[in-house]
Amino acid sequence: MQDLSNADCIVIQGSNMAECHPVAYQWVTEARLKGAKVIHIDPRFTRTSATADKHIPIRAGSDVVLLGALIKFILDNELYFKEYVVAYTNAATLVNEDFQDTEDLDGLFSGYDDELGSYAPDTWAYASSDGEGDESPGTIGGPAAGHEHGQSQSERSAGDQHGSGGPALEHARVLRDETLQDPNTVFQILKRHYARYTPEMVADTCGINVDDFNYLAKAVTENSGRERTTAFVYAVGWTQHTLGAQFIRTAAIVQLLLGNMGRPGGGIMALRGHASIQGSTDIPTLYNILPGYLAMPVAGLHDTWEDYVGAIGNKEQKGFWANADTYAVSLLKAWWGKAATAENDWRFDYLPRLSGAHGTYQTTMAMLDGEVEGYFLLGQNPAVGSAHGRMQRQAMAKLKWLVVRDFNMIESATFWKDGPEIASGELTTEGIETEVFFLPAAAHTEKSGSFTQTQRMLQWHHQAVQPPGDCQSELQFFFELGRRVRELLADSTDERDRPLLDLTWDYPADENGDPDAEAVLAEINGRHLTGDKAGQPLSAYTEMKADGSTDGGCWIYTGVYADGVNHAADRKPGQEQDLTALEWGWAWPANRRILYNRASADPEGKPWSERKKYIWWDEEQGRWTGHDVPDFVPDKAPSYRPEPGTGGAAGLAGDDPFVMQADGKGWLFAPKGMLDGPLPTHYEPQESPVRNPLYAQQSNPARKVFPRKDNLWSPSGDEPGADVYPFVFTTYRLTEHHTAGGMSRWLPYLSELQPEFFCEVSPELAAERGLENGGWATIVSGRAAIEARVMVTERMTPLVIRGRTIHQVGLPYHWGVGGNAVVSGDAANDLLGVALDPNVQIQESKAGSCDIVPGRRPTGEALLRLVAEYQSRAGSTVMTGNELRTGHPESTPDTRGG
Amino acid sequence: MDPKKTLLSWPVVRQLRSGDFLGRGPSVTSARTRGLEPRTSTADKVVQSVCPYCAVGCGQRVFVKDGRVVQIEGDPDSPVSRGRLCPKGSASEQLVNNPGRQRKALYRRPGGADWEPIELSTAVEMIAQRFVESRRRTWQDHDEHGRPLRRTMGIASLGGATLDNEENYLIKKLFTAAGAIQIENQARI
Ligand code: SF4
Ligand code: SF4
Repeated sequence: MQDLSNADCIVIQGSNMAECHPVAYQWVTEARLKGAKVIHIDPRFTRTSATADKHIPIRAGSDVVLLGALIKFILDNELYFKEYVVAYTNAATLVNEDFQDTEDLDGLFSGYDDELGSYAPDTWAYASSDGEGDESPGTIGGPAAGHEHGQSQSERSAGDQHGSGGPALEHARVLRDETLQDPNTVFQILKRHYARYTPEMVADTCGINVDDFNYLAKAVTENSGRERTTAFVYAVGWTQHTLGAQFIRTAAIVQLLLGNMGRPGGGIMALRGHASIQGSTDIPTLYNILPGYLAMPVAGLHDTWEDYVGAIGNKEQKGFWANADTYAVSLLKAWWGKAATAENDWRFDYLPRLSGAHGTYQTTMAMLDGEVEGYFLLGQNPAVGSAHGRMQRQAMAKLKWLVVRDFNMIESATFWKDGPEIASGELTTEGIETEVFFLPAAAHTEKSGSFTQTQRMLQWHHQAVQPPGDCQSELQFFFELGRRVRELLADSTDERDRPLLDLTWDYPADENGDPDAEAVLAEINGRHLTGDKAGQPLSAYTEMKADGSTDGGCWIYTGVYADGVNHAADRKPGQEQDLTALEWGWAWPANRRILYNRASADPEGKPWSERKKYIWWDEEQGRWTGHDVPDFVPDKAPSYRPEPGTGGAAGLAGDDPFVMQADGKGWLFAPKGMLDGPLPTHYEPQESPVRNPLYAQQSNPARKVFPRKDNLWSPSGDEPGADVYPFVFTTYRLTEHHTAGGMSRWLPYLSELQPEFFCEVSPELAAERGLENGGWATIVSGRAAIEARVMVTERMTPLVIRGRTIHQVGLPYHWGVGGNAVVSGDAANDLLGVALDPNVQIQESKAGSCDIVPGRRPTGEALLRLVAEYQSRAGSTVMTGNELRTGHPESTPDTRGG
Repeated sequence: MDPKKTLLSWPVVRQLRSGDFLGRGPSVTSARTRGLEPRTSTADKVVQSVCPYCAVGCGQRVFVKDGRVVQIEGDPDSPVSRGRLCPKGSASEQLVNNPGRQRKALYRRPGGADWEPIELSTAVEMIAQRFVESRRRTWQDHDEHGRPLRRTMGIASLGGATLDNEENYLIKKLFTAAGAIQIENQARI
């Protein structure tokens, strides 16, 4: 965070940092005071724009065109950081000759399967140096080998596994042409791919004029190179799209070309919205991963331990993922202790298996189908905060039992008596058979534990007081629930209960008789189990073994409890440290603050410049040194070259800075891992008033759609009926509220600051639709109609896209309908449907189509009639928007959901 | 005339004498304000904490008196936040002490019109029983090809992004051992 103050230029895109991450914004302000240029790219003018050098309004969902044009500008004008690009990225690497680009196939990459609606990525692989003769399974050259189909990867949301490094490659033998001239080099492919991403295309697609584009391109390129660095900052304005992961990939390509990764004042900063949302990804309460980004096993792919270990990391690839077996064995030892042995494959068979996508939206639909009996809500309010609030509430009404653990009576706890569906008559209280338990939760001041903030830093918060009344921490509650469930099953002889009964579940009590959070942290960190160090905490994940002599619940967190000291609680005041502040909290991995910081030095290990000095090779001591913990083997010299074909950390050359990537390089082109293409390419959102100007293919052909009657879409582009929902809406947050409001709408201070739901519209749109500032408006989407107070403001800019004016409507999404909060109102998320990014199964909530009319919405049945009347005028059917392939009359579209 | 008030206590003179030229410091105090003491100086203890709202992770100092949180302020020692808090972080004392905060366990029976009080321990026992029963009823040993599944699709969970790492760890560990896989949080949203 503090490192942003080292930047010479900061591009904030897909984030309103000044209002949504206000305290972090001080570092942007500090950079600006030191002369940095700050550019804000966002549909709305906000306080971030007001304090930036320039605001560039953009049409929601068109970011890949803008960033793609930036890539073209960099390549055309030879403004890339040549030495960095050649040495540290895969620009020089040769790709399989069979690869075909979207430019060749009108919006598809090679390998698209119409049947499955997803890609087989084998043609995207690197060309192999093994020649024709080598057909051995698992080599990169054998295109079919080792490439799991995108359909199956998408279902297990495989993209999330790359939270701590790239995907496994079979080995590290690749072909390179360091002149970058071979037509099959990544560099040349990149040039061809972005050839049509011109400033004019930006104007026609994003609504950004050529001068504004040039301003951005100049600012970014002039502030990159040896002496200067540019940082990108984003938030959910980039992630919540059916192409979200690719938005970020485009920025990664820009940053790699400009040599801004792994360097001070560079990088791509993700601003996340919850105190420990990073922690809950690292130690995931997510369906598809185990702690430390290890995959959850999938039926048919990982039936045996050998299958699993071979898939998560290969001993022949370069980098630290080659040791994935040591991480997995240590996790299984932490969970099943003595019961996990080499003979029983560490109880790998105790892990449940995935067989498709089991994300929160699929689970919601399974609830509607009556397949889910019980549901726990732990500090989350899906009735307001998840896409398609109606579907969420109706799904919960089908549960047998629901446990809500929160501070307040959130709308998800009371939907059965005061939800909008009760008001509209769709549901009745007596008719909802769901048994509901409300259990009050303890606050952060009432328990000890660690949060992981957005830059991977763990910070311990100390208990200050006892929780009041029945309030309990999740630690207390789940420890107790586990204890009781095990007690109920204690006499079971059923084999299926063994994983619960053999589970290590014996945490020591603290002074209040509750499970000791620090003991849990120690288990997460891991310890030696045998030898003279038995019982001692591990100091680093490199100490983990695959022979059962170590345990550890989350390998990337190993070191947080080194020497038995809780480093998350390290609190040396910032004033007494340099900017990096290594003795405040602890960042994974290994307390490193900037990832891949080996790239801050040149291939010989010298800083690129005095001004941007960060980590360098100390010849005398034979070690890497500098302002941070080096992200490299500490004593591996820059000149080191491994024997060809060596895998693991030993396979990394002294100038391979991307130590978690299977080839040690930064990936401009992703030969594996991305499910919707090795290069980002522009597709329109699921709902868009605009036709894709680049390809006949309108939207991401690999996105996940759910053709259902309760999930209808507006027609897009020039389809008949698209004009029924002519405007774009986008959702966002305010400074004074927190997501679905569970921690803010019950507080009088915050409620007074932002009492009422409103929509932001431009004066032009207000005039066109007769909307009055301070009056009411009804906003209608393909799914719902809601009402909001109108705010007419020049902060919203109408954009001209190919001669047509496109209006955008801004909607803060914090309010919900219920009887208990200090302030309530209609929920913006009710407007949303469910369509997901294939890599990570995240919904598109930053761009949708709507209509807006003056006045309050009708109530009761009339409200349902209004929504239905719009649907019928638009001619929306379950097929609308759900055809994955478009513009190819000969193809039969496949519409199955994910 | 109040004998204690002299020429020197004229506001303008007070301002000049105390160097408080803008009139926002000691020159504008009254007997009452002079008698006030900040809650932070009378606290029994100060505990270092972290803001529970967004992922910036601003440092907090929690002031405690008589077993109660009396104030929460920014921690000037934090290298990330340098003592600052935004409106949410600044309001977190109210998050903790809000009179409207739920402090008792409640139960709504199937089809019930309203909440009923329930003993916490009874509620937890009922939840444990339902957990075991739903798991049994919805258990899947194998898929249609005979490959192991070893799971239940009958129990799901949502939440974790506002919780501690240690809590997420226990949740994932318990649910995974129970075979419940539909465990999700805000990171998917
Ligand atoms: S009014 Fe609110 S935002 Fe403004 S300074 Fe005070 S606390 Fe901060
Ligand atoms: S004080 Fe504001 S910016 Fe800081 S962590 Fe809390 S919510 Fe985020």
